[in-house]
Formats: sequence, C-alpha cells, structure tokens
Amino acid sequence: MHPAKSVILFTTASGAGYGLIAWLGILGALGLLPADLGLGLLAFALGFGLIVLGLLSSTFHLGHPERAWRALSQWRSSWLSREGVAAVATFVPAGLFALCWVVFGRNEGLAGLLGLLASLSCLVTVACTAMIYASLKTIRAWHSRWTLPGYMVMAMASGGLLLQALLLAWRLPIGTVFAWLVMLLLGLSLAVKLLYWRALAADDGGSTAESATGLGQLGQVRLLEAPHSESNYLMQEMGFRVARKHAETLRRFAIIGGFGAPLLLTLLSLVLPGGFGLAVTLLAVALLAAGLGVERWLFFAEAKHVVTLYYGEDRV
Amino acid sequence: MTSLPANPGATKLGLVIDLDICVGCHACAVNCKEWNTGGHSAPLTDTDPYGSDPTGVWFNRIHTFEVVNDEGDSRTVHFPKSCLHCEDAPCVTVCPTGASYKREEDGIVLVNAEACIGCKLCSWACPYGAREYDEDAGVMKKCTLCVDKIYNENLPERSRVPACVSTCPAGARHFGDLGDPTSEVSLLVAAREGYALMPEQGCAPVNRYLPPRPKAADQSETQAAPLSPVETGEDSAGLLARWVDRLLTR
Ligand code: SF4
Ligand code: SF4
Ligand code: SF4
Repeated sequence: MHPAKSVILFTTASGAGYGLIAWLGILGALGLLPADLGLGLLAFALGFGLIVLGLLSSTFHLGHPERAWRALSQWRSSWLSREGVAAVATFVPAGLFALCWVVFGRNEGLAGLLGLLASLSCLVTVACTAMIYASLKTIRAWHSRWTLPGYMVMAMASGGLLLQALLLAWRLPIGTVFAWLVMLLLGLSLAVKLLYWRALAADDGGSTAESATGLGQLGQVRLLEAPHSESNYLMQEMGFRVARKHAETLRRFAIIGGFGAPLLLTLLSLVLPGGFGLAVTLLAVALLAAGLGVERWLFFAEAKHVVTLYYGEDRV
Repeated sequence: MTSLPANPGATKLGLVIDLDICVGCHACAVNCKEWNTGGHSAPLTDTDPYGSDPTGVWFNRIHTFEVVNDEGDSRTVHFPKSCLHCEDAPCVTVCPTGASYKREEDGIVLVNAEACIGCKLCSWACPYGAREYDEDAGVMKKCTLCVDKIYNENLPERSRVPACVSTCPAGARHFGDLGDPTSEVSLLVAAREGYALMPEQGCAPVNRYLPPRPKAADQSETQAAPLSPVETGEDSAGLLARWVDRLLTR
C-alpha cells in the first residue's frame, strides 16, 4: 500500500497525543501526580497539539475536507466513522479534565473521574484507528491479530515517554516508578512488532492469481498483458513495493533505534543526574519519533493488497 | 446508510461474463467510458491524457492472462473486470459517510458523489479493484451497472442494458437478474458452471464468470508443418535473385 505521509503523521502523532492524555488521566485519578500548573499546561498543550495535528493532517488528505463532518454518521458499520466519533467525543472529558487541572488545580476526586473517562476515550479512539486497518480482509498484513495490540502499546509507550520527559523536567517524584512502566511499554512495542513480522512471514497468503481469476482449474495463471500501458489509480494506491533489502534495513532501524535505544536511554536517565537525565530522555523521544515514523511507513509499504493479483502477483 | 440493506430484495442485477467468448478487444471498456463520462458518475476524468503519463478513471478494464496446464499447454484468456455488485459489499460497510450504498430494490452498489469525502477507504476494502478515485473531483467512482441506462425510458427497450453488454461484438457479456433462478442469465450460469471470483474474500459477488470451454485435444497443436530454415547457400537462389540480392545489400 502507498505510504501516504499524511496518514503516517496522523496515526503516529495522534497516537502519542492520546497516549499522553491517557496517562495524565490515569495518574491523576490514582493521585500519583500533583496538579502542577506548569506541567498541566505543557502536557495538555502537547497532547492536544499532537492530536489536532494528526486529525488535521488526516482531514486535509481527503478529497473533500469540508465534508469531513459527514464521516461521523456511519458508526454502526464503519470503523473510520467510529474513530471520528470517538475522536470528537474524547475532547469533552479530556477538555474538562484539562480545565479542572489547569484552572482549579484539581486532578483527583471528581476531576480524577473525568480523567479516567478521558483516558478511556483516548484508548477507544486509538483502538478504532487500529481497527480501520485490522478490519480490512483485503490486506493480510493488516488483518493481523497483532495490529490492534501494536497500535495500543505504541500509543501508550510514545505518550508515556513524552510524559516521562516532562516529569524529569519538573523533577516530580514519581519519575522512577513511571520510567520503569515506560520501559516496559517500549519493550512490549518491540516484542509486538517482532511477533507481527513473524506472523507476516509465516502467512503465505490466502488468495492466488488462480482464485482471483477462477482459472485455476485450467492450470497455472500468469498475467500476460495489463489492461493498460500506463499506471492507474489502483496501482498507484495499492501496488506499492518496497525492496526486501531496504525493508530489512528499516526494520532493524525501527527495532534497534526506534524502540531498543529509547528503552536503554530511559534506563540510563535513571542513573544520570538531573539535567543529563532529561537530555538523554529527550534524545530517546527523538529516536522513538523517528522509529515510529519508520515503523508506520513499513506498516503501509510492506502491506500487499489482493487486487495486485490482477496485476501480476501470484499469491497475496 | 452504509449498513447493507436489512431486507435485500430478491432482485440481484448483475453481469455474466463469458471467458470462452471474450476476444479482449476492449470495446466494452471504451463504451463504458463513453456512456458513463456523461452519466450518473460523470465525468470519468483523465489527467494528462495527451502527455507522457496519462491516467484516468475507468469502470471496466480488460486483463489478459495466460493459463498453462500440467502438460505445458497454454491458452490465453481475456478477462474483463468491473464491479461485481457484491451482496456482502465491504466497500459499502467501511464508508464513514453513507456515500457508498447498496440499493435494496436491485442490489446495485453506487456512490453518492455529493456525500463522498474522498477518503479512499472503500477502494482499500474492495478485493477486486472496482473502485477508482477521481483525483480531479475528489470523490470515488465505480461501475454503476449503467443504472441511468437500464431503466431509461427514453431509450428503446432493447437498449436498456449496460453499455458494455450492448457493445460487445462477440456477445461475451450478459446482463440480468441473478436473484431469479429462472432468468436467462441464471440458466446460463447453471448450464456453464459459472463461478464467483475470490470467494475466500467473503464478499458474495453477484456477477458470474463462465469458464473457457475445454480445448478439443486435436486442436491444441497446429496441423501445419513447421517452416524449414531458409537456405542461404550460393546456388539456392536463381541467378537473377542472387544479382538483386547483391545489388541491394551493397
Ligand atoms: S466489486 Fe468491489 S466495489 Fe463492487 S460491490 Fe464488490 S467490493 Fe464493492
Ligand atoms: S471515498 Fe467516499 S464512498 Fe469511499 S468510503 Fe470514503 S466517503 Fe465513502
Ligand atoms: S455496467 Fe455500465 S458502468 Fe458497469 S462496466 Fe458495464 S458499461 Fe461500465
């Protein structure tokens, strides 16, 4: 599948934003985080900023952005519509929670309840995003059992690492406990991604040029002539190929640079004194951002659509 | 509403395509484009039509496959493909806006261009590549089963069939109600063991394909004797021919 920049930016940025706000809600409700004004301002600005950046980038890649509101109507059948509804709905508890935190200096008790509701909405929204892909039977790489867990842990890991950087900057006591949680999530992201790729390699495809044409009874089927001499929408959108060699390099980068290194840097930040701890954590954030970008690019680029069977593939 | 009709009607209009007869002339694709660029989903935009990289929207495309059997004997099969108007159309259920819908009365799957936001998700959900995005209009387009022709009372009754069907010079395309087991198309499908494409995708397509008939065994090799290599020796041609040859190769 064609890896569109807008969708890569949308899924990674909004994932991190939802992860960050989900963490703020959970920690606030558990009374683990003081309703510090500076932390609240920066954390919510960052969280909402990432979400809005993602939503805007996904809206502007539409053919008719001005009609985007229509996408809220078909939640009964469409995961994309459900995602839209969840994304809009999340602004209510998340906005109120942010208000309680920043204006009234409260994030536990009743405000904490709002926080929990916000966290839940954030998680539901990320799950809907994942299901848009996981529900498509035409693309086996996405119709994988690891798609949903992958989106969830990566959103929580990236949101968590951002919060960890803020906690270090504010020198809040919860720093070390939370750091271990973030490391766990980074490790899980790494593990889920490896399992995803293993499942992908083991899956030899369910459709063939024979089943696509129904001509298997007669023998082996091979495309002799494409319907047209030039490219078309289908091939531009769904016929994307990435060389195996490049894919392997990128996978290695995502695993080592994107998840492994941030994990080790977070560990390192625990033993380094103040300012250095923050510096390596910021480096970890940058590496994770790059790693997620590469991981998401591969998620699209490596995914093969069954329509390519009509354009020369043997098995998808 | 992008939920599929709760009580789909008994009528299932669709196409039956005879792969034994199709000669791969692309006439149906051309007439489809011709009719539909002025029809329900008009226009069928072409970008850079006279340039070096032309692309454009087509509802019907003709692929050509080679099928080789175990004996190494091969045959060529021309394979037209358009929307199959699936009963369990995933392109409809994924649509977030309600722009994509399946008609209750005849099962035709259409896009309402006024409501489409151009998210392209439906084209990802369709296994058959039947949906093409119009970059210029910013909306998705697809085969309409010529809904504006088959019910068109301004046309003589015999013309009320899809453009691709009426234009096929070989008679390889049939149109009718596949929901009625006694219809001509249903009988044809039963007689020729017509089949659905990629049943494992679970879309329950309405359109059917009729398989190429088996080759008669004695026709699979040409009866003509192979040509023998041209002799090039000095005395293989007459004096005049050799002289002309020498003159021309100088
Ligand atoms: S062929 Fe594709 S576009 Fe047509 S109804 Fe089936 S899934 Fe939808
Ligand atoms: S491109 Fe249009 S018709 Fe297709 S799913 Fe999106 S809104 Fe619906
Ligand atoms: S039924 Fe009409 S729109 Fe569909 S392929 Fe045939 S000519 Fe084109």
